[in-house]
Amino acid sequence: MNVHQSLMASLPLESFSPPPESVAAKVDAMVRFEGVEKTYPAYRGKPSVRALQNIDFAIPRGSITGVIGRSGAGKSSLVRLINGLEKPTTGRVEVDGRDISVLSGRELRLAQRSIGMIFQHFNLLSSRTAAANIALPLEIAGWSKVDIAVRVAELLDLVDIADKHDRYPCELSGGQKQRIGIARALATRPSVLLSDEATSALDPQTTRAILDLLANINRELGVTIVLITHEMSVVRQLAKEVIVIDAGDVVERGHVADIFTHPKQPITQTFLAEVLGDSLPVSLASRLQEKPVTGGQAVIRVLVRGDTGDTVVARLARELSIDVALLSARIDEIGGQRVGSLTIGVPGGDAAAAQVLAYLSQHQFSTERLGYVA
Amino acid sequence: MSPELINLIIQATGESLFMVGVAALVATSFGLPLGVFLATSGKGELYAAPRINAVLGVLVNATRSTPFIILVVAIIPFTRLVAGTSIGSGAAIVPLTIAATPFIARLVEAAIREVDGGLIETASSFGATPLQIVLKVLIPEALPGLLLALTLAVVSLLVYTAMVGAVGGGGLGDLGFRYGYQRFMPGMMLAVVVVLIALVQTVQTVGDYFAKRVNRRLRHR
Repeated sequence: MNVHQSLMASLPLESFSPPPESVAAKVDAMVRFEGVEKTYPAYRGKPSVRALQNIDFAIPRGSITGVIGRSGAGKSSLVRLINGLEKPTTGRVEVDGRDISVLSGRELRLAQRSIGMIFQHFNLLSSRTAAANIALPLEIAGWSKVDIAVRVAELLDLVDIADKHDRYPCELSGGQKQRIGIARALATRPSVLLSDEATSALDPQTTRAILDLLANINRELGVTIVLITHEMSVVRQLAKEVIVIDAGDVVERGHVADIFTHPKQPITQTFLAEVLGDSLPVSLASRLQEKPVTGGQAVIRVLVRGDTGDTVVARLARELSIDVALLSARIDEIGGQRVGSLTIGVPGGDAAAAQVLAYLSQHQFSTERLGYVA
Repeated sequence: MSPELINLIIQATGESLFMVGVAALVATSFGLPLGVFLATSGKGELYAAPRINAVLGVLVNATRSTPFIILVVAIIPFTRLVAGTSIGSGAAIVPLTIAATPFIARLVEAAIREVDGGLIETASSFGATPLQIVLKVLIPEALPGLLLALTLAVVSLLVYTAMVGAVGGGGLGDLGFRYGYQRFMPGMMLAVVVVLIALVQTVQTVGDYFAKRVNRRLRHR
């Protein structure tokens, strides 16, 4: 476990930013996609579908990496390629240094034991108790009854539901079911844990508890976690790196805080909007106009980050002598960095607004002119 | 009712239960694997073999669409081959089994197909073999449905036994037909019907009880 952590610590975070070609080569990867394309052949009159194309990325060993995309973006195909349930049409998928796409039969089944997986709908057997559900992968792997009993007890402790040993899934809450799912996924001591929308069916409070549990598991066991999700809030809470996929392509990837403050793709911006609270206060939104208003203000959104962000309003006032109004703001901690979105009002017509925008872009803030208010 | 007649009823009930019991046992031991195979051999499934699946499907349908009384007569040579004779309760078990096997197979197939596909995917992702998936996931998860299927099959077999009188199979149906109808003894007819109703009711109640007991999708208090 400590080996994983020290390897992780020795990795400069920059090594996970573009250019992409060098990334896949440099990083000590737990999961690596090289030139992967996945096309589902035509079937019963339906045309063939290309689910993924030109997929190149590496997920560092010991990391928690988010893979975010809308439904239909290719997330499920990505998961099934990692756990070997499907083969890429072209390219390689490496897990823990082995090309899983060429394995089959017994070799593939052995490799799959080092890949744990948790699911949106938990996928527990209704006919088995909590303990027996956790035992399932161990039975499949051919463990002895005694070893299974010991391991199951450990796992129930790990996920903090030792008292639910003999309960059936129908007697448990969603959060408890997902804890069993996590214990089951970890049973065979995998080196990577795939989380496929694991919190999408849970309420916000339970989601937080489950994500905390995953963070602990990553920290204590050194298990690499791949979070597949459509929710930026999940990525924000847990992941250091994020890979954004859209229509079967990796459109953006990097450190979470970088992506949050400098989103390059429209799809990324929409994900961010969900987290940072894109919506303006109702009273402001209703007054927003497209044309400049005499004596009014230009409304500009600024994405801010780290130490420089918080002071941007004060600096604008001081250095440009413009009395910028703060209309709405949200500052949050993402990937260990302060990140936020400010909406400011700039008086003095288009000239002043242009001056402000120029100043902000000069200082590498992402900006967006939303409109004008009287 | 005279003691002789009561004895006849008891004897006929015994014959019926014997035929139903043995036929159910044998038909289940063929029908269960066949049903599991039908449920898992479609394109892209665990034991993908779409052609064999299609052939077996036609065979199953053909057997099921043959009226039972015709089946009984049509397979007399085969019955003689298996049972050594074509007459009597023992021989009647052969056509009963042949009729019940595809019926059970279809019921098993339906019960297995009810199991959430996500569970197959889950077990596959753990590296389970197809056989492990069948034994550890599909059958245990489908157990309530399987027990109800078996119950239905036993009830149907009881009804089928009424027709094996045609080959001297005996049993309650035969008794009701010969004494109740042909000798016009309404009392006998009524008695046979009452016994049959009681048997069906018992089988269904016991089947329901066990199906409910193994169903962990419901809350148990």
